[in-house]
Amino acid sequence: MERVEGIDVAPVPSGGSWDLAGMEKLSTSFVAGKVLVEMANEDPDVVVLTADMKFSNRTVDFEVAHPDRFVNVGISEQHMVSMAAGMASVGLKPYIGAFAPFVGLLAGEQIRTDLAYPGLPVRVLAHHAGIAIGFYGTSHHATEDLGLMRSIAGMTVVCPCDATATEAALRQTADLPGPVYFRLGRGRDVDVYDTLPAGTWRFGEAAVLREGADLTIVANGITVSAALQAARALVAEGVEASVIDAHTVRPFDAVTVAEYAGQSGRLLVAEEHNVVGGVASACAEALVEHGLADVRMARIGMPADEYSLIGPPTHLYRHYGMDAAGIEAKARELLAS
Amino acid sequence: MDRPDGGSSDRVQEVRDRAALVRRETIRLVGIAKSGHYSSVFSCAEIMAALYSGVMRIAEDPEWPQRDRLILSKGHVAVGLYPLLAERGYFPEDWLDSYTRLGSPLGDHPDMRRIPGVDFSSGSLGHGLSVGVGMAQAVRMRGYDESRIWVLLGDQELNEGQVWEAAGSAAHFGLGNLCAIVDANQMGLDGTTEETMSVEPIGGRFEAFGWDVVEIDGHDPDAILAQAEAMPPTTSDKPLCIVARTVKGKGVSYMELSRTWHIGYLSPDDSAAALVEIDQRG
Repeated sequence: MERVEGIDVAPVPSGGSWDLAGMEKLSTSFVAGKVLVEMANEDPDVVVLTADMKFSNRTVDFEVAHPDRFVNVGISEQHMVSMAAGMASVGLKPYIGAFAPFVGLLAGEQIRTDLAYPGLPVRVLAHHAGIAIGFYGTSHHATEDLGLMRSIAGMTVVCPCDATATEAALRQTADLPGPVYFRLGRGRDVDVYDTLPAGTWRFGEAAVLREGADLTIVANGITVSAALQAARALVAEGVEASVIDAHTVRPFDAVTVAEYAGQSGRLLVAEEHNVVGGVASACAEALVEHGLADVRMARIGMPADEYSLIGPPTHLYRHYGMDAAGIEAKARELLAS
Repeated sequence: MDRPDGGSSDRVQEVRDRAALVRRETIRLVGIAKSGHYSSVFSCAEIMAALYSGVMRIAEDPEWPQRDRLILSKGHVAVGLYPLLAERGYFPEDWLDSYTRLGSPLGDHPDMRRIPGVDFSSGSLGHGLSVGVGMAQAVRMRGYDESRIWVLLGDQELNEGQVWEAAGSAAHFGLGNLCAIVDANQMGLDGTTEETMSVEPIGGRFEAFGWDVVEIDGHDPDAILAQAEAMPPTTSDKPLCIVARTVKGKGVSYMELSRTWHIGYLSPDDSAAALVEIDQRG
């Protein structure tokens, strides 16, 4: 470990970029462009829009394959959402990609009013969510988008943790009614799922990745891999933790969370989001609605009244306890309480 | 299918009659709600009446895929649209009597999921032109080459920044099948458009964004029908903005350019007086 500004951080691999530091096995790039090309080969109604971000989200891969079905709207995310709504009303199936803060927050009202209220099948690919873009700062972070999207009637909100899950989710949107908000990372996420046999990943069904009687850890996005790593480390201390990938935030699989948390009596929720309004809030609602208010619960996420410090992403994850070490430490606290 | 057949005196009278229907029914329906946007409807009554008098290419089936589409970007004039849709038989006339009552499909702003003939839900100002850009692209992608997309905007609405994101992209994408009609009725909610937040020169702004622009008297059925005859082919590559010069509250003298009537409610006596005036002027 190195120490940077008083924080323990993983070393940057020799010759590597800061953004790869601490990562084990990396998805090389966004899969959305590639998957959408294949989906579009089979469905003439698939179109892809982006807002001057075709390289950031690799929708350029789609542009190369289907230039007549690719639209770059320039830097105008609100317009892109409403425009996609117009396209969907004529029968097309738009997939629209932009940074999460700009499409998920700036264009939040357009998503509510033009996509969700009329129930149009537009798929929003909100990438670089959370604090994934690190030292770009708060303008480029989205740590409130789940809170907003989760309260919109008719939305499906999903946060796949790696390329395999993203592909599975994308393919299942082919005929899914209504809009979908995809909360995606930087496209350089640690692989959690090597393969997903058909039918094993479904919208609305949390995936139990590990069983353990002492503690339940609920994660999504980047915290899934970290939670698994933490759970494995805790075994040495005689602690067996369940790890649940709560990838679908709406509709939320409250039954699975309540079942596992009810049995272990301790629930740790780790997410790359403000601790208010996201998965932790969904879990708390699940516990109370299932009569499990006595479950001891702890949250990892952005503190309720803080905006992120400046720093490389992995350093920030370490600082805010969103990585394996942070989850491990919080788990010990919770077990001791 | 209806197609324009020229500005004959019969058609001019048809638009006048239909505009009077819009105004009369607006007074009746707002009377049910006991609150509503009379004067915003009155400024575009002739425009809406003309669109549904053979200008728009629509059919008996409101879902006909190759139809023209209308987006009421100024969604608060839906109360004026509903009578036109009912008249076409898109829904039963008695729906009108339920206007704004609990569970009615017909609210102050239009809902495409509940009202046959409404092409898009609206109400949040500034969205409609973007939706129209998407529709105009989509009908081309689908091969509906004769389909035209009409977007009715307010003048104060042009303060919304998203309108200009849409305007720039419409020209960039070469959407000659898109027509924005600005109901330039000179007023917003708080006062005159130019006092509150200026939008002039409306035509100059659209021209600067790469649009063709025409200005017409938005209360003159002859001028509206003549412009409908002069529309560019839908396959052309420049969007068209029609700046319709209008008067907010047109048709009821004490509402004309009156700030206090953006949202209001007429007592039964005042309604009767307004109806007499509409019948006389219609």
